[in-house]
Amino acid sequence: MRTNLYLQLWLTFMKIGAFTFGGGWAMISIIEREIVDNHKWINKDEFLDLLAIAQAMPGILAVNIAVVIGDRLRGVKGSMAAAFGTILPSFLIILAIAIFLTPETIKNNEVLTRIFKGIRPAVVALIIAPVITTARAAKISWKTIIIPVAVAGLIYSGLPVVSNPILYIILGGIGGYIYYTHVTLKQREEGEQ
Amino acid sequence: MSIYLKLIWAYLKIGLFGFGGGYAMLSLVQNIIVENGWLSSQMFTDIVAISQMTPGPIGINSATYIGYVTTGNVLGSIIATLVVVLPPYLLTLYASHYITRHSDSTIIKGAFMGLRPVVVGLIASAALLLMNKENFGIAGSSQQLISIAICVASFCTVYFTKIHPIIVIIMAGIAGFFLF
Repeated sequence: MRTNLYLQLWLTFMKIGAFTFGGGWAMISIIEREIVDNHKWINKDEFLDLLAIAQAMPGILAVNIAVVIGDRLRGVKGSMAAAFGTILPSFLIILAIAIFLTPETIKNNEVLTRIFKGIRPAVVALIIAPVITTARAAKISWKTIIIPVAVAGLIYSGLPVVSNPILYIILGGIGGYIYYTHVTLKQREEGEQ
Repeated sequence: MSIYLKLIWAYLKIGLFGFGGGYAMLSLVQNIIVENGWLSSQMFTDIVAISQMTPGPIGINSATYIGYVTTGNVLGSIIATLVVVLPPYLLTLYASHYITRHSDSTIIKGAFMGLRPVVVGLIASAALLLMNKENFGIAGSSQQLISIAICVASFCTVYFTKIHPIIVIIMAGIAGFFLF
């Protein structure tokens, strides 16, 4: 028996959307577990490439990630199912708050405040874990580790221009192309001779 | 200009020019919302606080909330939310198709070879940027110690065990309730 994959995509991303606190990067651990490990819909390399596309596009990272994964699996309809799933939980929750509550009641709720003091450091951990798993998937060696370290350090620095992530998407793409055409392909040609 | 058109215009801009996801978009959202007089700065800060306590991206949360508050009905919410998602949805879809179609080209192959280590760095930077006093408490406080303990325990659970990250979030919330 095969359940409808669109429905499965929608439900999976709804689950991801409902537990994503703290922005798109916090989704990665959950997506990795659901999409790569459990469903085995895509492998780790592919996941990394799709993340690069999602990050390079404007807009909400969480939605972009859903779009690229949904599209890779089931085309345009798949991307709609995944994007809609990601948005729905937060849409419903915020709408309920807007209709029934005032911001103050949530913000000053002591129980919620305590719960979220616990959740926030866990979210950071959920972003650290995929740093290591993606580093492995990208086959980062002692020679290439300088790239992610420099990128992370410069973005973290908060300095003008160099702290803009888009810069590194562009440099990475150009640098990769130059390396590929000048080193990898040359090595292959020499190997064939 | 009707409020709906204003909403559509504002969230088109946010959707198209908000790069980097999450908190990187925040100043853009704030400018546009406060400029239109839809919310005061104080109210905007409240929305950010709520976004941190509810799941989902701040871009969506603010669109849903502002859409409702400014029009007084659910339709406003739906419009603002769809508008903020639509332009990046189309662009991302197009990029994804283009790249799949040309996946054998040297340019795409080379570019992704360079992008993989960069993405690792981008994720690391997101983690670094979140290690602040808003999430971990003031340096040297007992909140900071407990936060670090929760962070380390969560990391070990996600990285070394098969326990689902969603369970980790729930457990961290329970721990927060009892420890803070």
